[in-house]
Amino acid sequence: MVKTKRRSVLKLAGGTAAVSLGGMAGILATGRTPAYAQQKTVHWLKWVDFVPATDTLFRKEMMPEAEKALGVKMNLETVNGNDLQPRITAAIQSGAGPDLIMSFNSYTHLYANSVVDMSALAEEVGTREGGLFPYAKAICSDGKMFMGMPWAVIGGMVAYRKSWFDEIGVDKFPDTWETYREAGKKLKAKGHPLGQTLGHTFGDAPGFTYPYLWSWGGKEVEADGKTVVINSKETLESVKFMTGFWKDAHDEGGLAWDDTNNNRAFLSQTIAATLNGASIYIEALRKPEQYQTEKGQPLNKDILHAPLPKGPAGQFGFHLLQSNMLMKYSKNQDAAKEFLKWLHTEANYRKFFESQKGFATPCTAKWESDPLWNVDPVMTPYKVAARLGQAIGNAGPPNAKAQEVLSKYIVTDMYAKAVQGMPAEESVKWAESELKKVYEV
Amino acid sequence: MAVTAVSGVEVRRPVPRLRRLEDERWLALALLVPTAVLLGLFIAYPFFEGVMLALSSSRVGIPGEFVGLKNFSKIWDDSIFRTAVWNTFWYTGVTTVFKLALGLWLAMLLNRHFKGKALVRAFILLPFIIPTVLSTFAWKWMFDPTFSVINWTLFHLGIITTRINWLGDPDLAMTSIIIVNIWRGVPFFAISLLAGLQTISPELNEAAAIDGARPWNRFWYVTWPLLLPVTMVVMLFSVIQTFADFQLVYVMTGGGPANATQLFATYAYQIGIGTGLLSEGAAISLAMFPFLFIIVVVQLLYIRRVETR
Repeated sequence: MVKTKRRSVLKLAGGTAAVSLGGMAGILATGRTPAYAQQKTVHWLKWVDFVPATDTLFRKEMMPEAEKALGVKMNLETVNGNDLQPRITAAIQSGAGPDLIMSFNSYTHLYANSVVDMSALAEEVGTREGGLFPYAKAICSDGKMFMGMPWAVIGGMVAYRKSWFDEIGVDKFPDTWETYREAGKKLKAKGHPLGQTLGHTFGDAPGFTYPYLWSWGGKEVEADGKTVVINSKETLESVKFMTGFWKDAHDEGGLAWDDTNNNRAFLSQTIAATLNGASIYIEALRKPEQYQTEKGQPLNKDILHAPLPKGPAGQFGFHLLQSNMLMKYSKNQDAAKEFLKWLHTEANYRKFFESQKGFATPCTAKWESDPLWNVDPVMTPYKVAARLGQAIGNAGPPNAKAQEVLSKYIVTDMYAKAVQGMPAEESVKWAESELKKVYEV
Repeated sequence: MAVTAVSGVEVRRPVPRLRRLEDERWLALALLVPTAVLLGLFIAYPFFEGVMLALSSSRVGIPGEFVGLKNFSKIWDDSIFRTAVWNTFWYTGVTTVFKLALGLWLAMLLNRHFKGKALVRAFILLPFIIPTVLSTFAWKWMFDPTFSVINWTLFHLGIITTRINWLGDPDLAMTSIIIVNIWRGVPFFAISLLAGLQTISPELNEAAAIDGARPWNRFWYVTWPLLLPVTMVVMLFSVIQTFADFQLVYVMTGGGPANATQLFATYAYQIGIGTGLLSEGAAISLAMFPFLFIIVVVQLLYIRRVETR
């Protein structure tokens, strides 16, 4: 063992002190922070993707590439989708937190005062990629600025069991509510009802009730965004139809389901059809051994997707639109903007798009004709999600008031109350009075 | 150096500032200051901020302005809020009665001598020890509309023929969250009341038995009056916690179906965080205060009366 002498330790310590003092003096003399402190860190907070391959791609490949290309340090943080709002609220109120935060739907309008305008990039990407869909524009822009940079749409389509529909003599997915109800009645009689949540859950419940309302011609407000018109003949018809439809065709446990229940019910072969993102199919594809039909075939071969049926007023969809908000409190706004610009270059966005295999639909027209949609015909229906989507608060803008109505589950509860036994007229009146408290104050 | 300093202190007379502490009033003040500062920082200040928030028009990212009692009048007019108020009282009332009855029964059983007493006492605490979110998720699975193990058992025992829609039916959803709250809260009652029971001298019961008192009379006239102060304190804590319960309902039902299980705290979260209406969320939270204040004052007065009897 080498013996360390007291004198040599003192010498070393003195040397270190001298060097650091010299360094400090040097820094003070230049009046600039040292070079290592100048490297900026961009903190991006997003949801935990339902397609795990995407998060792996970001962590292992794209973030290191971004660091190299932009000379910044990337900090990618993923949280459960339900936890985004508490994080956004805490960050805004404390004035510190992630530079970029993923937004769901109208969060953009809710936090408009706390974000940086992304118009330049949104317009650049829109022009380059054949135009931004109106759905993305309505959600991300208030007409004056882009509160979020449109990222992708997580489409909601009905996943259904082809063989069970064949068994009841329905070889094409029903395209009207009446024919869907008839099919559902037969399926329920055979022990395979339709599955739909009417519970307090952010995705699948409003993803069904809003387009259902619109398809009957019902709407929350007039285009002025103030006059509440939900108490209409059309809405009443939709509620009346729903009560019978629920009893005839649905799994009645759906009143308590959250966004995961229908996945489990479908994968365990309890229900014949349910509105969902593509996660049921993707899970069945990942584990063909685990998920099999009663005939021992891989379940994924028996799943198809279709849009929600149409009503008297047409066919609609309300899909989860994701965007990225650049926060006003961020001290790295330029670097974060550069990162978003880099992320939205065609080559980089393609990596994300391909990793999703159709789970996410881009917000611009160009991608709708991408060859990826031909790879797996089961995923093809999702390609139109961004084009056909309609925003909440219809016929007004999807602003903070529309988000308040959504957060209070007023539209969903209008149907839930009716299927629980409240007369249709009363449940519509209840919804009207709640909507008025939001819109007409 | 050190020696000089010490000797210096020895010869010097105590400085007047320290001599002041010889006066009990100053000493009491000095001892109280750390607690007062902590209470001020972590209770009084947030409470004051909460009040100010509830009186403003603040939204997330927008400070807002003073609007007086406007938020309170708005929530008073809100049917969901009124449902939440009723639900909270019902939830707190029913759970407290059951927790007290079952907790007392359990405490009486645990107060007896039997083999493995220490082990049983430790196990009794499990529902209280497990993080609520985890145990609630387990209960959520047990009440699952499709895969409920409770339904499965009842069905195979021939008790039911169709499944019970535990969380989908408004009344059953409320019953379900009440069951889980009781399950979680009984150990707290049992252990606290057990501690109370152990302070009661067995001689009192023995003397009553010799005088010919039956078990029920011994409980009612000897044990219960002596246990009452502890019971009231335990109930006080339980009522406060249950009244402001959040995580259990948030995980089980999210306040649904159709607000059938919405409580003060879940609705305040929905409005404050989900909708960004911070001031209104604060008003809903603060609306709990007068109710809780009255309950606490009544209970404290009762405890004082019992103790001075």
